[in-house]
Amino acid sequence: MTTFVDYTLNGISTGAIYAAVALALVLIWRATRIVNFAQGAMLMITTYIALAVTNKTGSYVLGFIVALASGLLLGALVERLLMRRVEDGPPLNSVIVALGLYTLLVAVAGMIWSDTPRPYPNAFSILGYKVGGTRLLFAPDDLFIVVVVILIAAALAALFRYTSLGLQMRAAAFKPEVARLLGVRVGRMFTYGWALAAMVGAIAGVLVAPSVYVAPNNFDPILITGFVAAVLGGLDSPPGAVIGALIVGLITSYVSGYEGSALEPLAAFVVLMLVLMVKPTGLFSATKERRV
Amino acid sequence: MLEVEALHTRYGPVHALDGVSLKVEAGSVTAVLGANGAGKTTLLRTISGLVRPTEGRVFLHGKDITRTPIVEIVRSGCAHVPEGRGVITELTVEENLRLGGLHRGSEASPPSEIYELFPQLVERRTQPASRLSGGERQMLSIGRALIARPRVLLLDEPSLGLAPLLVAQLMATIRGLADTLGIAVLLVEQNARSALSVANHGIVLNLGKVVADRSPAELQSDEQLRHAYLGF
Repeated sequence: MTTFVDYTLNGISTGAIYAAVALALVLIWRATRIVNFAQGAMLMITTYIALAVTNKTGSYVLGFIVALASGLLLGALVERLLMRRVEDGPPLNSVIVALGLYTLLVAVAGMIWSDTPRPYPNAFSILGYKVGGTRLLFAPDDLFIVVVVILIAAALAALFRYTSLGLQMRAAAFKPEVARLLGVRVGRMFTYGWALAAMVGAIAGVLVAPSVYVAPNNFDPILITGFVAAVLGGLDSPPGAVIGALIVGLITSYVSGYEGSALEPLAAFVVLMLVLMVKPTGLFSATKERRV
Repeated sequence: MLEVEALHTRYGPVHALDGVSLKVEAGSVTAVLGANGAGKTTLLRTISGLVRPTEGRVFLHGKDITRTPIVEIVRSGCAHVPEGRGVITELTVEENLRLGGLHRGSEASPPSEIYELFPQLVERRTQPASRLSGGERQMLSIGRALIARPRVLLLDEPSLGLAPLLVAQLMATIRGLADTLGIAVLLVEQNARSALSVANHGIVLNLGKVVADRSPAELQSDEQLRHAYLGF
């Protein structure tokens, strides 16, 4: 029974990290209909920058803030300089550009920081909470991860639901031409969407870094799992991404707990295949309305 | 108010607008008629900046807006209600309305004024626009344009797909906007008879050219013109 509780708690905290990655992918997909395959490499870069700041200043918080800021900036730059040129083209163009950017960023990171994995500090203790004499597989640091991701998700929901900026971003994403005719600066909304997404990605990077170590390719697996979560959630629904990520987090946690961690990546792919075969639109996709 | 001077628009080899000129005064309705592919929609899209002309000029309040960015054209008081009811179905009725007034800030009409004009929308406020009927969507997209208090209103086929009774109501509303608010209305319609019933002026387009530019009474009495281009 305790092992089941442990695996569940562990699934929730890893699911929270997948949720942040999935949210980053969903935000960009909603805004520009591009799957950002470079997201893993982008959050790798921002995590390196955060690590440099934390090592220099000794402050975890300062590194975290720098990760957010560099995420915003990197996202905006990528949209303005690269993606803007392929947004209107066939979908394959943006996929190739994103893959090219991924390769470029990984190579650049290797040149600057070498391939040697570096440790990243935890925000809080990783010694599990003690309940009734047994130590749970859930520590203050896991609680921190879950709380941070809940806060991000709530902030995003509030932004989209209650602010004029969010309303304009949604309008630009759903019907760009109509939005333009209503005075919305659509191009600017796309830039904001990318900046916001990259910032959420940067948070995921900092949260997962202590368990995977920082190296150019070490963030690829969470991008893949985050992508599975986003597809499970419908790819264009932020709440769907969070729920999808929790499901994937729990499944991978149970599989690796009961059957061995070697099967964990396999479990994620099985989930992806099942979703694509049984319900390709995902669990929470906004149903496209038919024209009458 | 709105003046178009020898406008030419090309889509590749297709000459969609071939030297169109027209003028719409404040408080008047100008109907633009003609068959499918005559260039009616292209005319509106060129005026609002969605498509750029190859020659000719567009003036709004005497100011040349031919190369002005769309957002600036909208902000200077020109509202374009696109064909096929450009309601954003994923947003609620209220969100659609709010969106229309955002760029005017506090200058925009309060939504209550729009609900007064289209009372059917009130009870649908919090519903997604996808649940609206065709007529309600048309009201919403016109209301969403009006909330920014435009001086010029470009309407693309507002009667499309509406029941005859609704069409009559809609045309009366459009006439009212010109009369009471002094808006200059450019009304593109396939439904020539309804459009002419409220217009001060009628323009017939064929293959991108103006083939007639007269008062509604004159257009309706010209049997040859009616049969050839207006379909009644």
